[in-house]
Amino acid sequence: MSFFDYFRANKKKSAVVAKERLQIIVAHERGLRHSNFDFLPKLQQELLAVVRKYVQIEDDQIKISVEKDGDCEVLELNIALPEVDDRP
Amino acid sequence: MSRIIVVTSGKGGVGKTTTSAAFATGLALRGHSTVVIDFDVGLRNLDLIMGCERRVVYDFINVINGEGNLNQALIKDKRVENLYVLPASQTRDKDALTLKGVEQVLAALSERFEFIVCDSPAGIEHGALMAMHFADEAIIVTNPEVSSVRDSDRIIGLLSSKTRRAIQGDTPVREHLLLTRYVPRRVQSGDMLSAQDVQEILAIPLIGIIPESTAVLQASNAGEPITLDSDTDAGQAYLDVVARFLGEDRPIRMFSGKKGLFSRLFGN
Repeated sequence: MSFFDYFRANKKKSAVVAKERLQIIVAHERGLRHSNFDFLPKLQQELLAVVRKYVQIEDDQIKISVEKDGDCEVLELNIALPEVDDRP
Repeated sequence: MSRIIVVTSGKGGVGKTTTSAAFATGLALRGHSTVVIDFDVGLRNLDLIMGCERRVVYDFINVINGEGNLNQALIKDKRVENLYVLPASQTRDKDALTLKGVEQVLAALSERFEFIVCDSPAGIEHGALMAMHFADEAIIVTNPEVSSVRDSDRIIGLLSSKTRRAIQGDTPVREHLLLTRYVPRRVQSGDMLSAQDVQEILAIPLIGIIPESTAVLQASNAGEPITLDSDTDAGQAYLDVVARFLGEDRPIRMFSGKKGLFSRLFGN
């Protein structure tokens, strides 16, 4: 550790950030590829359209994923509804 | 039996054509009869990098359509023995590449050449899929940069699902990671992904590291594949890649950026 690193120590190097981001996104995308669930992005869009008939939600308020648990694959669907006060 | 090698990446501008030209020339310099094919229909550029752009008369698509024969379309390199270029068409669209047509041309070439190098277009569409379909091996050209690494991972996925080897259940396409535009100084300072980082993420064997080099632009300006200039850092690095590909054991050399006095005194 050099003299100047002392001042830089708190800030994460950008290459470290890049690696962490890549590890997460690549693992996620590989998961989609290797599962039999390559229809997930489309399912997500259609679900979004259905939910929006009743409640206004943003694109990122719906999360869909497949978790592998032993031999069992679990489809997890998460829809965050807006707070009650925001509703018309 | 010839070996078919696809040079691919997903992302554009990472050095596929530079690599195809340098690698094919390097194989020929080692005495192996080699042909390099441009699969980038509509946007051909391999001819420029190989310095034979004014000698193109017939192209890959003409051969597929029977409008010219293979001998008319193959351009013999004037500098290196046993090296030929098969240019892409500049006027057609990419759908002119049919699976059957590509297969027939590759079959004819494999009777004449030891190595067939396929320069893939960027992207994951038809042209890229045609370039990789019949491959035995793949060189995945990657820059130490997030978008390039992610796209390379996509391509690795396609190699293991969309190629003939994958579909027929043969031994998988052998994959080689080639890092290009690498700046050791920036890796040291923590501003660039290291070769180890990229390899860890993509999980395929590393065949070489090409340093960012002014010689690459100079080579393409002149239409001289970089492996013809073994005095340059990038030229040497590509010649090492060729040697490793041919089974030689060569350590990866690090073209370390020279450190200034300041960072030698205060740096790590």
